[in-house]
Amino acid sequence: MNVRNHTISLLVKNKPDVLARISGILSAKGFNIENISANVTMNPDITKITMVAKGDTATIVKIEKEMKKLIDVIDVIRVKEKNAIQREMALVRVKINRKTRDDVTKSLDSLQCRILDESSDRLLLEITGETGEIDQALTSLEALGMEDMSRSGVVVL
Amino acid sequence: MELNGAQILVRTLMEEGVDTIFGYPGGSVLDIYDQLFQSPIRHILARHEQGVTHAADGYARASGKTGVCIVTSGPGATNTITGITTAFMDSIPMVILTGQVPTQFIGTDAFQEADIIGITRPCTKHNFLVRRVDELARTIREAFYIASSGRPGPVLVDLPKDVMQARMEYQDVPAKRQARKEPVFLPDTADLEQTVAMLKEAKNPVILVGGGVLRGRASAELREFVRKVKMPVASTLMGLGSFPADDPLWLGMVGMHGMYYANMAVSNCDLLVTLGVRFSDRVTGKLSTFAPRAKIIQVDVDATSINKNVLVHLPIVSDCKSALVQLNTMLGNNGLEDLRESRKQWLDQIETWRVEGALTYTRGELIKPQMVIETLNRLTRGDAIIATEVGQNQMWTAQFYRFNEPNTFLTSGGLGTMGYGFPAAIGAQVAFPDRLVVDIAGDGSIQMNIQELATAVKHNLPVKIVILNNGYLGMVRQWQELFYEKRYSHTNISGQVPDFVKLAEAYGALGLRTADPDEVESVLKKGIEASGPVIMDFLVEPEEKVYPMVNPGAALTEMQLGRETGL
Repeated sequence: MNVRNHTISLLVKNKPDVLARISGILSAKGFNIENISANVTMNPDITKITMVAKGDTATIVKIEKEMKKLIDVIDVIRVKEKNAIQREMALVRVKINRKTRDDVTKSLDSLQCRILDESSDRLLLEITGETGEIDQALTSLEALGMEDMSRSGVVVL
Repeated sequence: MELNGAQILVRTLMEEGVDTIFGYPGGSVLDIYDQLFQSPIRHILARHEQGVTHAADGYARASGKTGVCIVTSGPGATNTITGITTAFMDSIPMVILTGQVPTQFIGTDAFQEADIIGITRPCTKHNFLVRRVDELARTIREAFYIASSGRPGPVLVDLPKDVMQARMEYQDVPAKRQARKEPVFLPDTADLEQTVAMLKEAKNPVILVGGGVLRGRASAELREFVRKVKMPVASTLMGLGSFPADDPLWLGMVGMHGMYYANMAVSNCDLLVTLGVRFSDRVTGKLSTFAPRAKIIQVDVDATSINKNVLVHLPIVSDCKSALVQLNTMLGNNGLEDLRESRKQWLDQIETWRVEGALTYTRGELIKPQMVIETLNRLTRGDAIIATEVGQNQMWTAQFYRFNEPNTFLTSGGLGTMGYGFPAAIGAQVAFPDRLVVDIAGDGSIQMNIQELATAVKHNLPVKIVILNNGYLGMVRQWQELFYEKRYSHTNISGQVPDFVKLAEAYGALGLRTADPDEVESVLKKGIEASGPVIMDFLVEPEEKVYPMVNPGAALTEMQLGRETGL
């Protein structure tokens, strides 16, 4: 069985309990979601939910069918990596000193990264990238003194 | 014209063709009840909200219409959960209207407040909270559409009291429905062509029908299909009635307590055509040994039912009727007449199984429960609406009553709800006042909703209750005997049951009792001929077991027949 992460994009009615319906059916059927993000689309009546689920193809097909069955779900799209841009964001607070500051910024050279706030002993960073890139950045920052971080779900277009 | 929410609700219900509602009033639905009081809609007052929902369910199963219930907020709403889940598991179209505290009190733990939307999300097809009176009519229409379309199911609409009191300028809606269109699944022609090819190629084919044939109103098309293809027909519990039990090609029920020959046929076939079946564990037995030699074609309206438990070779997402209509056309007038000879060997093999594994029981000095059902079948010529409770009474009925017409067997298949049968029989009797409606019960399960006797008496609903009284919670006792070395932990209820004859009389019904096998027929006759509701209390053999039986987790071919057969 080929277990890997799959990204599923849902267009749903922008109603208060849609997310509860989705998470309810996922837990009732025993599916695990790695991450999820949601916000309104250009049409304010429609919300786009993007979720990443780990599983083999059969499992992902089952999730898609269950999602399609929900009355408030308008469309279900399996995102193909080749045809879509996927991004995650992480906010990271790193403890620094004069020596390590440059190591931290250098380690992020190849990434989309902004310094949101800086003091003599702390850096607050915003990093965006593909899931793998964020994974990598967080691994290296952990070694360099990461204190805390917050990570978003995936968004795709 | 200016109307309040309750008036708009009742109008919309009438526009949806609702003429009967099952309900129980309370504080949050006072405004609705005030309108019902003045409306031509018939209201059946049950004695408990669980009875309300099962009655609406029985009404829906027997009539094919959507069952409608109304209950109050809080405990009224939470008492419906078992009834809603029963309907959900068996795909029964129902609309449940629950009262709710006024919108400004929602979330404050107000008196008789329950988050019924949150509670019923997993056991409804969909649910709605109506927050504004201008959403009311559209929501009700959508609820009815969702409940009855595609794979049917219960839809709950939560109605806050202030929304029922709010007034608005109301215009009769145009005929055009604003409801969301459910995707219509029509079968793919190529898939049907492949089906026909596989039908022609198969040497040992079997058709397995389920509740989807009944819910999809495809019984007539099924009969035509079988006439063309001449294949034997097995059924799940939920499919009983979709094909005549008196037809020579009928194999009867498969599964844990299925017929020996039906289980053998499914286990040895080379092609299994399933129609509206979701492959419950009670049907398949051990999954890895289910129909091991068969190619499986699965027709089901619900895509999530396909490849869920059993991987199939040809999935067809379609309602059974659409698929069968097209298949019947493709097969032409002659059908598979040419194959009659080559199929003979298979049908002969099935006949051999039918003889060696025939359903039977031994007679003794005590009444055998199977005999009661056989006698009832003979007296009614199979022409009655039969409801059951859950347990041995249900399985014996499925085995020994011969259902020939759709929607004549009302039973809780998926959830297995004790206490379902009697209120469901009441609902069926409301739909068909002139037909004979019988609830076959155990002495345990009948007590779960016995309060509905008052409903039957009050509304002149002449439901006949047949109690197979063995003094035990019989099916659980059977498992304790077989798997727990006869430690009958809390299943012996003899001496704890009421005197059912006196109980019937206390409610104003007729009570009859016998322990004599020779009196079974006369008691049944007397009960059937009586004009009102009747309890017939048959004191039966206490430790009779349901056979055949496939032990849980065993293969369908590993049946215990409960007798010396030399097999």
